[in-house]
Amino acid sequence: MLASQIGYYSLVLGLLFSFLLCAASIKNFNNNNERVDKNVITLSLLQLIFVIISFLSLILSFVNSDFSNETVFDNSHTTKPLFYKITGTWGNHEGSLLLWLLVLTLFIFLFLIKSKHQPKKYRILTLLFQQIIIIGFFLFVLMTSNPFDYLFPIPAEGLGLNPILQDPALAIHPPILYLGYVGSSIIFSSSLAAVTQGYITREWGQHIKKWVLVSWIFLSLGIMLGSIWAYYELGWGGFWFWDPVENISLMPWLTLTALLHCILVLEKREALTSWVVVLSITTFTLSMCGTFLIRSGILNSVHTFANDPARGIFILVFLFVLIFLSLIIFFVFHKENNKDSNNFFWLSKETSILVNNWFMMYFLSVVLIGTVYPVFLDVISSEKISVGPPFYHKLIAPFLVLFLLFMAFGPKLRWIKSKIENKNSLISFLVISIAISLIILRKLNTDVLFYTVLISAAFFLFFISVKELFVQKFNNISQVVAHLGFSLLILTILFNNILSSEIITNMKVGEKYNHNKSEIFFEKIEEKKESNYNSIVGHFKIIDEDGKTIKLRPEIRIYNQPIIITSEADIRTTLLEDKFLVMNLVKGNEYFNIRYQIKPFMLWIWISVLLISFGGIISLFKKKYEK
Amino acid sequence: MYGKKVKLRFLFLALILLSVILSVFLILQSLKDNVVYFQSPSEIKNLIEIDKKKIRVGGMVKKNSININSNEVNFIITDFKNEINVIFAGAVPNLFAEGKGVVAEGFLKDKNYFLATKILAKHDENYMPPEVKEAIGDK
Repeated sequence: MLASQIGYYSLVLGLLFSFLLCAASIKNFNNNNERVDKNVITLSLLQLIFVIISFLSLILSFVNSDFSNETVFDNSHTTKPLFYKITGTWGNHEGSLLLWLLVLTLFIFLFLIKSKHQPKKYRILTLLFQQIIIIGFFLFVLMTSNPFDYLFPIPAEGLGLNPILQDPALAIHPPILYLGYVGSSIIFSSSLAAVTQGYITREWGQHIKKWVLVSWIFLSLGIMLGSIWAYYELGWGGFWFWDPVENISLMPWLTLTALLHCILVLEKREALTSWVVVLSITTFTLSMCGTFLIRSGILNSVHTFANDPARGIFILVFLFVLIFLSLIIFFVFHKENNKDSNNFFWLSKETSILVNNWFMMYFLSVVLIGTVYPVFLDVISSEKISVGPPFYHKLIAPFLVLFLLFMAFGPKLRWIKSKIENKNSLISFLVISIAISLIILRKLNTDVLFYTVLISAAFFLFFISVKELFVQKFNNISQVVAHLGFSLLILTILFNNILSSEIITNMKVGEKYNHNKSEIFFEKIEEKKESNYNSIVGHFKIIDEDGKTIKLRPEIRIYNQPIIITSEADIRTTLLEDKFLVMNLVKGNEYFNIRYQIKPFMLWIWISVLLISFGGIISLFKKKYEK
Repeated sequence: MYGKKVKLRFLFLALILLSVILSVFLILQSLKDNVVYFQSPSEIKNLIEIDKKKIRVGGMVKKNSININSNEVNFIITDFKNEINVIFAGAVPNLFAEGKGVVAEGFLKDKNYFLATKILAKHDENYMPPEVKEAIGDK
């Protein structure tokens, strides 16, 4: 009760501080002080503290199972383990928006204290733009999605959290992803501020690069966590489904990656300024669309949108205001400087980064169209369609070949004007890559030309990166590591695709199933009781084609609140392959639905993403970019 | 000098324009081939001819209709007006149960039989695919 009230009023106070901050910073903007006033920074800190109090009180309500709070009632239950009570705080619409708000205010405060050496007017304008976003979010939370709504009479028990969300990876997935999403808000605000001040310069590039890196790293890790969760929890044994929810996190990642590369050009040559600004705006817009679309359910269906018109309309209006505002600022204030893109020599590092941008834009448009087109068609013709993985594979894979070659080749070029050096070594690497992939694929009996080409390209990038790693020492290590990670990612995904095998069957307890030389023996089932679920554990003995025996124990969990049956896969992970067994109960039947999969290199998919992010981390902590 | 620069710029613009047009064309073309339409059992009943394309059927799994043997799962999808038999050999998702919403992807054999290649699990908090909700008329 009390916690909810404290939480609510801190939110209102936080909003009040937004207005105070705006007033103080406008005053500060016009006075003669050369620095940002102390009181502006203090106000920002106070705002942050109030949002933190509000967030903590929501967590407290969850921990105490205070069902007078509607959000808690809807998403929690007394029998839930403490850990999931806490993480349940951001597992719902209202709580996750509060988390957004928290990160928004946190980042602007950090920005203020970390940008001491930047011009005053630029810092204050960034603060103002950020406050526009923050005010929008405050209003949205308070008016349409208040996490502190009362319920009376107070229910004795809550409705519980969706069991598939009760999972460690998914518990930390939203905060990590949000750090990435919301990090892009700082990039958005500061690029708008920089445009109005004519400050899209080298110095700005160096300063904003840190923020780009931070949000890029968190976004990459956040996407990976979501993907890991989907892999073991959804029971399909896949890790990427081209589901709208996944696509929407991929889109800002693509623009952010492009932005990251543009910043390098900005930092070095003060060029590509329009790209930088447009990408900053797009990244944040896509991030915000993403959060809203998922949270409002527009993507799954247009009709859930109509269920809560207030939220939907607020979202749309707010988004349009932001986009409109940023476009006006861009067109009014932005002046291309004469060093810009058209003056690039055709063979240079900046041209190759420009090429990278175009590739990213292409990938983005593929994902965007595939995600939005079904919604669009539903609105205009009420025809229901879905766009499946073949669409994406067909459109992305061919371009990926060229993209990989460019990724290997581009970083070797020099700034301004370059020659192709070491032609022989490049060609020999290419020949080796093609030869290796031909040999491997012949051995695997998959003679698809397409795979050969793609794998060769990935190997090419891989070898070049490995060579660079040894030759260049620590000169440009962040880029090399990230590119190495990417080549490894593509390689492992491809081999995982080619080499995966699965057995699907229905079995009774005590039955044996033989397939080629492998055997699955369903020994017995065992029942277990936990505080919030009962489970049936299946004991399986599996003899693989190579004669190795493993025991796997997948579970079927029957959660009590809400009553949902989930199946938990049992996965045996080794360096080379994952063995994945999941069973499903079909109600009122003695048969269990069994799915056994061997997925090679699964671990390496995650390792490659970690490598990619690690490249970013190195760059973040390195004092100076390459000579 | 000047002429060369202008020419280069034109070439550059033309190249961009061409590649944009090409990629839009590619995307739309492959969208046409890879789109999967969603239909309810009633819509299937009203079909004039059976299409060979992959479709999705959604509705509720009819009570007491699941029939399982060692290599197949058979069940009936209903929208409370019409129903269709589904034959499926594969893994069923977590939330598959009688009286619950379901989406099956596959091919129509005829108006009464559907050969499913995939039963879909949506990661949706509402446990009910929205298409299904609409197919059964917001029950």
